[in-house]
Amino acid sequence: MTDAAITGVVPPANEPLTTADGRPLKSALARAERMRRVKAMLLVLPLLLFIGVSFLFPIALMLFRSVDNPLVADHMPRTVAALEAWDDRSELPDEAVYAALVADLAEAREDRTIGRLATRLNYETGGLRSTITRTGRRAARLEPPFKEALIDLNEDWANPETFATIKRLGNRLTDVQYLAAVDRRYDVNDNIVAQPEVRQIYVSNFIQTLWMSIIVTVACLVLGYPVAYLLSILPLRYSNVLMILVLLPFWTSLLVRTTSWIVLLQTEGIINDVLVWIGILSDDGRIQLIFNAEGTVIAMTQILLPFMILPLYSVMKTIPPSYTRAAMSLGANRYYAFWRVYAPNTLPGVGAGCLLVFILAIGYYITPALVGGQDGMMISNFIAYHMQRSLNWGLAAALGTILLLGVLILYWVYNKLVGIERLKLG
Amino acid sequence: MTGQNDHLVRFREVQKSYDGETLVVKNLNLDIARGEFLTLLGPSGSGKTTCLMMLAGFESATHGTIYLGDHPINNVPPHKRGIGMVFQNYALFPHMTVGENLSFPLEVRNISKADVQKKVERALEMVQLSGYQHRRPSQLSGGQQQRVALARALVFEPTLVLMDEPLGALDKQLREHMQYEIKHIHENLGVTVVYVTHDQSEALTMSNRIAVFNDGVIQQLDAPSDLYEKPENAFVAQFIGENNRLKGHVRDMNGSSCRVELDNGQGEVRALAVNVTGSGSPTTLSLRPERVAIDPVPGSLPNHFEAQVEELIYLGDHIRTRVNVCGTDQFIVKVPNAHGHASLKEGSTVTVGWEIDDCRALDA
Repeated sequence: MTDAAITGVVPPANEPLTTADGRPLKSALARAERMRRVKAMLLVLPLLLFIGVSFLFPIALMLFRSVDNPLVADHMPRTVAALEAWDDRSELPDEAVYAALVADLAEAREDRTIGRLATRLNYETGGLRSTITRTGRRAARLEPPFKEALIDLNEDWANPETFATIKRLGNRLTDVQYLAAVDRRYDVNDNIVAQPEVRQIYVSNFIQTLWMSIIVTVACLVLGYPVAYLLSILPLRYSNVLMILVLLPFWTSLLVRTTSWIVLLQTEGIINDVLVWIGILSDDGRIQLIFNAEGTVIAMTQILLPFMILPLYSVMKTIPPSYTRAAMSLGANRYYAFWRVYAPNTLPGVGAGCLLVFILAIGYYITPALVGGQDGMMISNFIAYHMQRSLNWGLAAALGTILLLGVLILYWVYNKLVGIERLKLG
Repeated sequence: MTGQNDHLVRFREVQKSYDGETLVVKNLNLDIARGEFLTLLGPSGSGKTTCLMMLAGFESATHGTIYLGDHPINNVPPHKRGIGMVFQNYALFPHMTVGENLSFPLEVRNISKADVQKKVERALEMVQLSGYQHRRPSQLSGGQQQRVALARALVFEPTLVLMDEPLGALDKQLREHMQYEIKHIHENLGVTVVYVTHDQSEALTMSNRIAVFNDGVIQQLDAPSDLYEKPENAFVAQFIGENNRLKGHVRDMNGSSCRVELDNGQGEVRALAVNVTGSGSPTTLSLRPERVAIDPVPGSLPNHFEAQVEELIYLGDHIRTRVNVCGTDQFIVKVPNAHGHASLKEGSTVTVGWEIDDCRALDA
C-alpha cells in the first residue's frame, strides 16, 4: 500500500515534479511567489525610476556625446555631399566642393551657427576657427570661380587636410574624440597617427592618474591596516573613541579638509615651519609639498583612509582571536601566524578597501584641482576642463567613457582574482 | 626533584589577576600525572579556562610557577611549549584545506614532505576522516570539524593536549558520541589531556580525575566516582549531580557520624560528619535523590520521616517525586520505575528514610 502511495506522488526521477492537480511544480511555485515578487518590485520602483531618470539616462546621454557628431553634417550639408566624390587626397577637391562650401558658410553665417561650426572644426585642426569665421563673413560677396577666390582669401583652403577634416566630421558618428583622448588623430589620408608632441597630454595623464591612484591605495593600505587591526582588538570603550577619530574626517567638509592641507603643506606652512624650526631644513631650503603630485597624494591618502579602514575593520572583527592562538599553539611564532593565518583571512577586506579607494581615487576631482597644481592633475581635472572651459563635451565624454571602462575592467579583474562575493564593505 | 617525574605539569602557588584588584585564580597548586585525563570543571567565571590559558601560554601567571616536566614555563612563549590545543570553536583555518590545516604544525617544525603526508594521513585515519584531506573546513559538519581540530592538535605528537570546551557547539547526541571517541583516543595514545568543561556529565564520562573549580579555587580534586559519592563541600555536592540540601546545626558528634538539628525545627537527622568542626557548627546536609527510600521497612533505616507527595514527574526509567519533608517542599526522591511503586499519588502521605552514610554533613 505504501509503495503505491509513494509512486502516486513521486514520478520517476527524469520526469518533472507536479502538484497534486497535475500542474508542473515549477510553474505552480512561480505563480505562488509572483504576488510577493511584484510587491517587492513596487517597493523599490520609485528609487529605480529616480535613478533611471536622474542618473542613468543623463549618463548614457553624456556618453553618447563622445561619438555623436551632428554639427558639420547638419550645417554644411552641401559641402559634405560634394566631398563624397573626392577621393584623391593629394589633390585639392574640384570647383563644385568650393561652391558648396561658399553656399554653406554663407547660410551658416546667416543662421548664426557658424561660430559653433568653427569651434568644432578648430578642435580637430588648430587655426581653422579664424579661417571659417573670416571666410563666412565674406562668403556672400564672393564671385565664381570660388576655388581661386577662397584660396586667395585663406591659405587653409589650399590645404587638402582642411577638406579631409570637414569630410571626416561630416559623419554623424565619429571616433575622433576617442582618438583624441588617447593622443591620436587621423591624417589627410585617414590613417591613425600620433598627435604632434605638444598636444600629447592625455595618455601620460591617464598613466599619471593610474600611478597616483595606486600610490594612494598602497599608502592607505599600509597606514590603514594597523589602525583597523587595533580597532578590531581594542576593548569597546577605546575602540569607540578610535572609531570616532577615524570617522571624524567623514563628517568634515571635503573642501575644508583639502584647504587645511594647503595650510599645512605650503612652503610657508606649518610642516615646513616646524622642520625649519627643528633645524632639519634651512630657511631657504623649504620643500615644495603642495601644488604638485606629492601634495595630491598626501591629501588624497588622508581623505580616502576611512574607505580603507572600514572594510578592513569589518572583516577583522569577524576573525576570532583563536585563529592566531591556534597557530601559535601549533608551533608558529607571531610573524608566521600573522602571515599564514591572520593575513589571508583579511584578504576580502583588503580587496574591498583597495578596490574602493582605487576607484574613488582614479576619479578624484576636488583635491587634485585644489592642491594638485600643474603636475598633480588627474584625468578628472581634464574632463572638468573640457566640460567647463573648452566646452568640448565630446572629448570630455570620451575621456569619461575610457575612465569608466577602465574601472569596469579593474572590477572584472578583481572579481576574477578575489571574487566579488567575498567583498565585504561593512 | 625525585619522585616528580611522573608529574607532567605542576602548578605551584599560581595566582592570576586581570585588573590588579581581584584574583581570578587564587593560589593554585595542582599536579597532573603523565597520561592522565584531567578535567577542570566549574561554572563560568570560576577560573578554569584561565588556568588552561596560563598553561597554554596565552595568559601569564601573576604569581607562582608552572612547570612542564621539570622546567618552569612561565617565560616560554606558546609556540615553544609544544602543547596541542583544541579550541572551543575549533579554530580551523578556513582558508586552508583539512590537509593543510593538519600539516601546518608539521611544516612549522620543518618535517620532510613525505613524513608530513604520512602523519597527516595517520591522524585523519585516527579520527575516521580518511579521504577528507582536500575538503575545506566549511564543507564539513560540526562533528567532522571537531575531529579535524582534534587531529590537528595531535598530529605533531605533543605529550600534552589541552581542550577548551571542545564539544560545546555540538548537539547532545553527537557530543556524547565524541566524548567516547576522545576518551578512546586518549587511552590509545597515552597522551596527557587537560580538559575544560562546565558540563558535569561530560566530566564524569571522560576523566581520570576532575578538579572542581569555584571562585578561583579548586574545591575538590578526585576521581569521578568519589566526586559524586563523596563530595567534600556543599558546592561540589550541589554542582555534581542532583542533591537535596537540608540546613542545620551539629548537636553532637559520635565518631564519624553526627546528629544534626534542622534549622527549621522540623527534626533531627543522623548524618556522616564530613566537613563539620564539632558540635554547634552550622552545616548543610547533602543527600542524593536516588539514595532516599520510600516507605522503608520501619526500623530498618536510622533516618525516618513522614512526607507529603507534592508532585510526580514521569521520566521513563524513573519517577521524579517531589515531597514535602523536614520543612522543605523541594525535596526530590528518584523512584525507580519498577513494580511496587506505582501506588504513589500526589497529595498522599508516605514515609521516607535514608542511611547515615548517604547523608553527608558538609560546610554551611
